[in-house]
Amino acid sequence: MKSLPDSKGYFGSFGGRFVPETLMTALIELEEGYEDCKSDPEFYKEFQYYLENYSGRPTPLYFAARLTARLGGAKIYLKREDLNHTGAHKINNTLGQVLVAKRLGKSRIIAETGAGQHGVATAAVATMFGLECDIYMGEEDMKRQELNVFRMQLLGARVIPVMSGSRTLKDATNEALRDWVSNVENTHYIIGSVVGPHPYPAMVRDFQAVIGYEARGQILESEGKLPNYLVACVGGGSNAAGLFYSFIKDKKVKLIGVEAAGKGLSTGSHAASLSGGRPGVLHGNLSYLLQNAAGQVESAHSISAGLDYPGVGPEHAFLKDSKRAAYEAVTDAEALKAFTLLAECEGIIPALESAHALAYLEQLIPATCPDQVVIVCLSGRGDKDVAEVSKALKEVSI
Amino acid sequence: MNRIVQSFQSLRSAGRKGVIAYLTAGDPDLETTGELVLELAHRGAAMVELGVPFTDPVADGPVIQAASARALQNGVTLDHVLSLAGQLRLKTDIPLLIMTYYNPVFSYGINCFVDDAHKSGIDGLIVPDLPLEESETLNRALNNVGMHLIYLLSPTSSTERIDATVQQAGGFIYCVSSKGVTGVRSEIPASARDLLRRVRSLTELPLALGFGISSPEQVESLGDEGDAVIIGSAIVSLVEEGGQTREIRERVGGYIETFR
Repeated sequence: MKSLPDSKGYFGSFGGRFVPETLMTALIELEEGYEDCKSDPEFYKEFQYYLENYSGRPTPLYFAARLTARLGGAKIYLKREDLNHTGAHKINNTLGQVLVAKRLGKSRIIAETGAGQHGVATAAVATMFGLECDIYMGEEDMKRQELNVFRMQLLGARVIPVMSGSRTLKDATNEALRDWVSNVENTHYIIGSVVGPHPYPAMVRDFQAVIGYEARGQILESEGKLPNYLVACVGGGSNAAGLFYSFIKDKKVKLIGVEAAGKGLSTGSHAASLSGGRPGVLHGNLSYLLQNAAGQVESAHSISAGLDYPGVGPEHAFLKDSKRAAYEAVTDAEALKAFTLLAECEGIIPALESAHALAYLEQLIPATCPDQVVIVCLSGRGDKDVAEVSKALKEVSI
Repeated sequence: MNRIVQSFQSLRSAGRKGVIAYLTAGDPDLETTGELVLELAHRGAAMVELGVPFTDPVADGPVIQAASARALQNGVTLDHVLSLAGQLRLKTDIPLLIMTYYNPVFSYGINCFVDDAHKSGIDGLIVPDLPLEESETLNRALNNVGMHLIYLLSPTSSTERIDATVQQAGGFIYCVSSKGVTGVRSEIPASARDLLRRVRSLTELPLALGFGISSPEQVESLGDEGDAVIIGSAIVSLVEEGGQTREIRERVGGYIETFR
């Protein structure tokens, strides 16, 4: 199998580079700079060093015995990305990209953030390397995630409120792109997911691939065989892309991405681009997109700010169309239920994003048998979500 | 002959610089946009760009973003802009361009779009988020019916990119004055003139300079190399001031006349 993306940044018919001309030179420079890094063992040594000593990798692959007993089917393992420094898998990518930015001689970092996890992970690494850092965040999200705004500021970043459009992640990304167009020479834009123009979807996947690479070794050690299923949530899709990558060639391992069905796919109030969208171009790439008949982008809805995005990484669009991966969707209510279930069974509070992956187990596990194995990516921890969840649970109980 | 090509030929033979005026279609409403196009033609604009509103206009600054949002509120779509152009074509010979982000065209379907745009009397298309590498299919489809895809070049474009772009381009080249998004700038940086020179050394195609231009004095940044300026946000701001259609017409018309 030829490795993807191709030289124009396409995964099958998805991906590419749809950006203003002003950014093209920077993207080509980034692509070449990243290629140099990939062929340099020193780069990987440095990346590995920070993954181990700054972020605390490898993260454990934890056998969730009580959750397994509760659901009564396949053995459930959790890949504990929530144990990373700053609380989610996001730091794998920001560490990789900040090292690339340093090599490219950039003095300033910008990023977009939805829930604030990517913003915090970016602020942390920028500070560590002494780079100036501006984070774009929708005004609506700043209200929902006040604590993360404060964390970013503590870590030395400037958080710039975005007042345009729906004032959420999509609009923060627009504003970050506008900043980049204006300051492209000294600035590197750390995109937080496997989205954006080439080379971002491939580069972010490569930096997140450590998740699946470790999980593969860990499951072979503990079970002596490959898992039957991998399950991960998909907004833009970075933790799923990272978990899947080392298993793509193992055709017997079923890959399942779980999107946010919000209030329900039929309500139109959701964030499930693959299940409920059609191909379109947003933020530099061609992929599945929530849009109306005239090609205007629709606002997404999810209780989880990190999944609240109308697009999805082009590699997921390719994995869906080629049927290598399956994409399902769970509602806000199902995610909330899984959020509390994991807390009760295992003493672990998952991020609301990760709770979507866990919620899908209710559908998957009854069809499995006890000698099968499922790995779920626990992409982040839920401390950031407790206020939101407490509010939502009260609404449910009324 | 394509009206854009014709227009630049007559500008050159008259030894004049042209003004290309941008309007966000549907702001404040489509009817006013139509009247403004006729007014602009009457008051000396060489060409008019009809901007298609989009939810995520990443190449635009605050003024055009806001106009785009107002037009979307009015429910304006690419369909409407094409039928407006069709009506205008019965009344004026001014070259009409459509400026749109790529997704509305992609969603419409490239071949359907090109057919309908051609029937509506559109002469050219500007797509700020469609770089050379992604443009081949659309460019070929437009060329087949005598329309032009207008390519943008920027101060950050390398000589190799400029060269590759001018090989594919027709109509004119849209030279972006400076890094950044659309919007009035008090000064046009030296990089603009430098870009015009670099592009001119590789092509005879007409060159238009856009992004940031708002005053007749700034037309001087064209030097010998440039053929026209593109004025967007400054006009959109005048439209935004509002009032009766007649007042908006007078305001915008009077402004464009200062460039004569």
